[in-house]
Amino acid sequence: MGSDTAVAHHVEDSNAVWDGGKSPMKSSYGKLMMWYFLLSDAFTFAGFLIAYGTLRVSMPTWPVPDFVFQSLPGGIHNAPLIFVTIMTFVLLFSSFTMVRAVQEGKRENKRGVVIWMILTIIGGAAFLGCQAWEWTTLIKGEHMSVTTNPFGTHTAAGAYLNKDGTVSNETFEAGESYLMHMAHADDHGHGDDHADDHGGDHADDGHHEEGHADSYGVYNLEKSKDYPFATVDERGYIHRKFKVTEGDEDGMVKTEQFGPKAFGALFFFITGFHGFHVLSGVIFLIIIMLNVASGLYEKRKNEYEMVEKMGLYWHFVDLVWIFVFLVFYLI
Amino acid sequence: MIDTKLYGDNDTDVLIKESGYDDHFHEHEHGDKYRSGFLNTYIFSMDHKIIARQFLFTGIFWALIGAGMSIIFRLQLGFPEESLAWIKPLLGKWIVIDDVTGMGTLDPQFYYALVTMHGTIIVFFVLTAGLSGTFSNLLIPLQLGARDMASPFLNMLSYWFFFMASVVMFFSLFLSTGPFSGGWTAYPPLSALPQASSGSAGGMTLWLVSLTLFVVSVLLGGINYITTVLNLRTKGMSLWRMPLTIWAFFVTAIIGLLSFPVLVSGFLMLMMDRGLETSFFLSEIFIAGQGALDYVGGSPILYQHLFWFLGHPEVYIIILPAMGLVSEVLSVHARKPIFGYKAMVFSILAIAFLSFIVWAHHMFMAGVNPFISNFFVIFTLIIAVPSAVKVFNWITTLYGGNLRLNTPMLFAIGFVSLFISGGLTGIFLGNSAIDIPLHDTYFVVAHFHIVMGIAAFFGMFAGVYHWYPKMFARFMNETLGKIHFWVTMIGAYAIFWPMHYLGMAGVPRRYYSFETFQTFKHFDVMNQFITVAAIIVFAAQILFVINFFYSMYKGKQQKTRNPWGATTLEWTTPIVAGHGNWPGNLPKVHRWAYDYGKDGIEYTPQHIPMKDGEEAGDH
Repeated sequence: MGSDTAVAHHVEDSNAVWDGGKSPMKSSYGKLMMWYFLLSDAFTFAGFLIAYGTLRVSMPTWPVPDFVFQSLPGGIHNAPLIFVTIMTFVLLFSSFTMVRAVQEGKRENKRGVVIWMILTIIGGAAFLGCQAWEWTTLIKGEHMSVTTNPFGTHTAAGAYLNKDGTVSNETFEAGESYLMHMAHADDHGHGDDHADDHGGDHADDGHHEEGHADSYGVYNLEKSKDYPFATVDERGYIHRKFKVTEGDEDGMVKTEQFGPKAFGALFFFITGFHGFHVLSGVIFLIIIMLNVASGLYEKRKNEYEMVEKMGLYWHFVDLVWIFVFLVFYLI
Repeated sequence: MIDTKLYGDNDTDVLIKESGYDDHFHEHEHGDKYRSGFLNTYIFSMDHKIIARQFLFTGIFWALIGAGMSIIFRLQLGFPEESLAWIKPLLGKWIVIDDVTGMGTLDPQFYYALVTMHGTIIVFFVLTAGLSGTFSNLLIPLQLGARDMASPFLNMLSYWFFFMASVVMFFSLFLSTGPFSGGWTAYPPLSALPQASSGSAGGMTLWLVSLTLFVVSVLLGGINYITTVLNLRTKGMSLWRMPLTIWAFFVTAIIGLLSFPVLVSGFLMLMMDRGLETSFFLSEIFIAGQGALDYVGGSPILYQHLFWFLGHPEVYIIILPAMGLVSEVLSVHARKPIFGYKAMVFSILAIAFLSFIVWAHHMFMAGVNPFISNFFVIFTLIIAVPSAVKVFNWITTLYGGNLRLNTPMLFAIGFVSLFISGGLTGIFLGNSAIDIPLHDTYFVVAHFHIVMGIAAFFGMFAGVYHWYPKMFARFMNETLGKIHFWVTMIGAYAIFWPMHYLGMAGVPRRYYSFETFQTFKHFDVMNQFITVAAIIVFAAQILFVINFFYSMYKGKQQKTRNPWGATTLEWTTPIVAGHGNWPGNLPKVHRWAYDYGKDGIEYTPQHIPMKDGEEAGDH
């Protein structure tokens, strides 16, 4: 009889999961804590992206992603968004391998967990490598920094000037993008290749910057000097001159200006913060993978819950990237 | 004294032993490894009761510093003609001595630094960490019937991040350029340009580092509190049986979890502006003699949005725990169930929700779109509804109660008084039209000091006096406590009531001196009066601190487990609870937390099973 009462009592107590004495939704406290951390982290990223939106809509122009992100390793250009597509695919694929690791964990298959985690780590590291290459291209090749954005946009149609200051047949329409190159008086370093290559992209848009660079020896201009066809500022950025051919300023000769400063700052800051998350994720993945391999979680007999928690974080980092990808590369 | 025969300590032990909830606590060997030596027991402790006391001690330390600062700047403001040379040994170069007259005055830069530090310290270190950190840690596991927090380790980290934040902030007080002096809200450009003022250099850097560490502490604590409340309740402790203290801490933690990260995003961008010369928050700035700076296109208003997205929920992070403590103390000492328990819970939830959509009422004068302001005005005024529900319920709880007017009860009643007085002026300020003349005047200072400063302190005092036996197994001295209450209660009104008049007359806040304003000349006496009142109130707080430490060693000893005749679980542990709180089984919960005077019985604790045919007290 006594045991019957105990059972009856137990049933009474377990009517609702929220009545205490058990974990609601059968989630362990550790998994819940990871969810709450991710929730708070989502708010941090939300803060950044809202700042991004605020600053972007307050700017008259914004660099065109197809123009900014069009390089591939090996000197290939004219490939808008291809590289970032590969990056995104790599990261999303690592989410798939993470899912497989968690699944193997549920099956208590230690070897499977290790293999799929290693693949995830490779994916994360590959993404970081891609990001490093992209940053290098932007910083070293195209001379963008947190404070300087050489990617500008024309606000009215016009034509560039020849070396002697006469109007050339190199015309552009309003909304077309340009990249301001850097002068290297006696330096034929790495910068030339990228800038040169990037210049080539203009060909499609009716830009003939490459030809311009060749014919006028752009990279041998002196700093802080005014030429008939361009002004070189004290840092060496070449502001090409052009004649406006439409609108209020029709007929005026103007020089290219830097694009909105916030672009560089936001890009490096937000992708950097995301990259920092990926880096932390890779480090934690390695630690947990080693723990798995050592048999630590096998003993706990909780279906490798630590791997699952790590998976939550990893998917979150992917999800954030989707938003970063959206705002920086697609719109 | 309570009739201890009603539910004696032995009865409790027997009941918990025989029908408690066996969670196999002692089958785990970790039982006491947390308390194996002095370091593990008192310094790097993972026991929530010790961590609660660590938060409380650190909070008291900062409260003394923060309040002391206000005395110094009030002296300068109230008595600009008097020499402050006597504080020179303490403040050094910040007291400027006139060579001819020997008159000492407070350096204006340091005046602003003191005002800024006063705000930062009291808001974050005392009323967030000191209040929520102390009582969430102490009461969540004890009142829910849990062994400890979900993650004792993260809980320990939470305190030590707070400690590190404290060390960094304390260090900044001693910089040769002084601590940050641009106001506790740290608006750019004063906070973003290192050359903007002397405090904007190293002082601001340390301020940012300190508060970032502080946010880590809040998040680690908050994640723990939420998880503990959801997952670690003892058998029978359904959400609707939780005491209002727990509801308040739970919701507070959620608010903190969602709002502090946004502050961090603002801080990180501010760090970029300061260190890497980005222009997130800085637009074109011209400095006389230097011309234009390199910053282009940033938005200082953006920072204000990000700051107040935390900043407004922050005032509820401060006041909700105080409300929870007061609800509990009022009910226990009125010997009545709290009136409208569910209404109280829903009003907490409503306040929490609304707190996220009213932030721009701090920015009516910052140039936000007046149309948007309408939206924020409406939601701000709607907050008055759940707040009024709470106030009515507190008063109705008192009505017809068998009041014990001891110190915790007095402070709880004082809280209600202050919350009403301060809340009413909030309705003035919430209207954007009325805010235009009142913005940045002493009216605002009076409003928020009463409603979230003093009121939250009163909630904290009520909590400290009430749960002191739980922390130190002794009682605080009642006589000193009552002196403390009356001086603070009358003194607080004496300080802040006149400030409403100053504000309505247009006297701006944060000004170092009003000597050049003929309009404000006749307020000199009022300012002196406020300063004198502030000094007296500060002296009463010293009395509290003396009482606090004196009672730890010499206070009246706690003889029985449940000295107040309360119904909640924290009073069922041994008087000095070890690690794991209950030595054997956990108590099981059979009823809600407010069975006072039910069926003619004075009080029925939550772990007492329902009698045959007894109806539940909560409807």
